[in-house]
Amino acid sequence: MRHILSLLLENEAGALSRVAGLFSARAFNIESLTVAPTEDPTISRMTVVTSGSDAIIEQITKQLNKLVDVIKVVDLNEYRHIERELMLIKLTAQKTDRDEIKRMVDIFRGRIIDVTENTYTIEMTGTGEKLNAFIEALDDSIILEVVRSGVSGISRGDKAIQS
Amino acid sequence: MAKKREILRGAEIFCRALKDEGVKHLFGYPGGAVLHIYDELYKQDAVQHILVRHEQGATHAADGYARATGKPGVVLVTSGPGATNAVTGIATAYMDSIPLVVFTGQVPTHMIGNDAFQEVDAIGITRPCVKHNFLVKDVKDLAKTIKKAFYVATSGRPGPVVVDIPKDVTADSCEYDYPKEVEMRSYRPVVKGHPGQIKKAAKLILSAKKPMIYSGGGVILGEASQELIDFSRLLGYPVTNTLMGLGAFPATDKQFIGMLGMHGTYEANMGMHHCDVLIAIGARFDDRVTGDLEKFCPYAKIVHIDVDPSSIAKNVPVDIPIVGDVKHVLTDLIDLIKNDKEKPDAKALKSWWQQMHDWAAIDCLKFDRTTDVIKPQYVVEKLWELTKGDAYVTSDVGQHQMWAAQFYKFDKPRRWINSGGLGTMGFGLPAAMGVKLAFPEETVACITGEASLVMCIQELSTCLQYNTPVKIISLNNRYMGMVRQWQEFFYSSRYSHSYMEALPDFVKMAESYGHVGMRIEKTSDVEGALKEALAMTDRTVLMDFVTDQTENVYPMIAAGKGHHEMHLQPDRELA
Ligand SMILES: Cc1ncc(C[n+]2csc(CCOP(=O)(O)OP(=O)(O)O)c2C)c(N)n1
Repeated sequence: MRHILSLLLENEAGALSRVAGLFSARAFNIESLTVAPTEDPTISRMTVVTSGSDAIIEQITKQLNKLVDVIKVVDLNEYRHIERELMLIKLTAQKTDRDEIKRMVDIFRGRIIDVTENTYTIEMTGTGEKLNAFIEALDDSIILEVVRSGVSGISRGDKAIQS
Repeated sequence: MAKKREILRGAEIFCRALKDEGVKHLFGYPGGAVLHIYDELYKQDAVQHILVRHEQGATHAADGYARATGKPGVVLVTSGPGATNAVTGIATAYMDSIPLVVFTGQVPTHMIGNDAFQEVDAIGITRPCVKHNFLVKDVKDLAKTIKKAFYVATSGRPGPVVVDIPKDVTADSCEYDYPKEVEMRSYRPVVKGHPGQIKKAAKLILSAKKPMIYSGGGVILGEASQELIDFSRLLGYPVTNTLMGLGAFPATDKQFIGMLGMHGTYEANMGMHHCDVLIAIGARFDDRVTGDLEKFCPYAKIVHIDVDPSSIAKNVPVDIPIVGDVKHVLTDLIDLIKNDKEKPDAKALKSWWQQMHDWAAIDCLKFDRTTDVIKPQYVVEKLWELTKGDAYVTSDVGQHQMWAAQFYKFDKPRRWINSGGLGTMGFGLPAAMGVKLAFPEETVACITGEASLVMCIQELSTCLQYNTPVKIISLNNRYMGMVRQWQEFFYSSRYSHSYMEALPDFVKMAESYGHVGMRIEKTSDVEGALKEALAMTDRTVLMDFVTDQTENVYPMIAAGKGHHEMHLQPDRELA
């Protein structure tokens, strides 16, 4: 099963490679990984999307917790949560296609953030599934470039994950 | 009273910090990146520097020192090749959870990443085989980082920590202040076990009809040998130890049924297979212990006590996990069990012990005592007798290691020192040297094979220089015996590259290093030779025992087999 793990870790050189190294050394799956500092610049927040049986997820969580730089690990699957991913996508946008593309972007609640004579660049957030749906709805041949951030996740409600 | 401000250079801070940490021995080898530090070492005498002959030797010696004393082993090597040579020893310590602090020199900070002379990414290379590592980029962080390194290495589940120190950091200066304690918000090892879990465990333990206590290296690392003994005596249950756990429970005690696992005793492994409650204490269900997981302890409910949560339910699902320091958890368990109305089921226990004795009657460790050619088991047994079971015994990897584990009956913890997890040939001699430095008055023997011995043979020089008179018991079968055994069993006796051709004359070799060499070829000479060697308390003696070339280690659980499917010696197949 797919799990979203949220980590708080020391914002130190090497912390990221410890996490990445753990996943490769122990042959754990890693679907995506995002990381950036939090409001406290000494702490980074990382979201890892992984998959595996309950036993494997338990091992992943324990092994992550064991890393000396890791302050906290939370499996967001155990909470009601929200996940979002950011996508930037550049499309060939010929005059004749522009209206159609704009309509699609509206339907998916994206925004056109850059325009040239031949292209549109679009920003869109949502679940990975929604972003996939948008890509599928487009004609393959007009896609020039896709940049996706990987998933960020947060729990719903009053509960907050803090160090 | 205001403290005097002391401004020191990085290299001085290094030496002062070791002194303030109480370090007595530093195993090392110099080179460009650590020359400032070596210059400071020259000027002080609080820390004795032991000049090894290869950085692998430094890490193994520090490791042996740590295993024997319980204190962290400390190593200093230079950048580049110094660091890479140390890696085998770091990984060895990592696999067995041994506290080491290894300082590696590094090129100056402004040159890092430039492929400078003798630069390697020591942090990157060691990351998968350390508990943690640090790169010190500023002299102001040096003292604090050293404190953290010792704290991390020795607390919780211990392990090696690497501190990479660029050369400029050792030249820069700052105020010296060695912290008494460190707090790390991201690192807080658990000590006490969960009371609810402990209560549940006590109930289950007392309800057992066919109990087994299976304890590992964690009991030794956690200094919980006495608690294990008290716990076991209170219950009267059979005890088996892993290879790493030998000595935590006295091997000569009537409750001890031997080591378990691939080359464990018949009774221990059959006991595992048939038990109804398994109490795992500071053990990690290693594949050499469990055999085929599908067939592992099919009838047992399992209690698992370990300080490392990730060890629990990693290989085998458990019924009652208890995360905590084994010493604390055992103490709590003993209290509960003592005060419980329920007592162990005496009747069930009696028939379980009867079963144990029936299994033991098979005498799975029997060997031929009538031969003139030396049986390796006999040498170990004699060594045990002559040292009254009280020597520190290090070992290498192979058949000799298994015979040492089977035939030297360790009654005390920290006496048996071997590379169980990584299985590193070359470990034995430098480890013995480390032990002897820690305990100059004790008898230290290294039971080795001729192939393992030569892997770190250069340390014979170190033994001479620092006067560490150890006894090297080389069981020389002119084969990489363990490899040969597998080739005999599983590759139709095609002995591919397992024969040690062109062996040196070990007697002359010992002599050329300034030690005593002995060659022993007949069973009748074994005892006399051992006595003679042990009597030379001030000399390192290399004893080259010419042993039976084709002796195999029995019993054995082959790959993919369960505990109840052991092979006994060929003429006594039972299982
Ligand atoms: C560094 C290293 N290389 C290879 C091995 C694989 N190996 C395990 S046992 C063994 C043979 C050991 O031979 P010897 O030291 O003579 O001991 P014996 O088995 O004959 O007692 C080998 C090569 C190892 N454990 N360590």
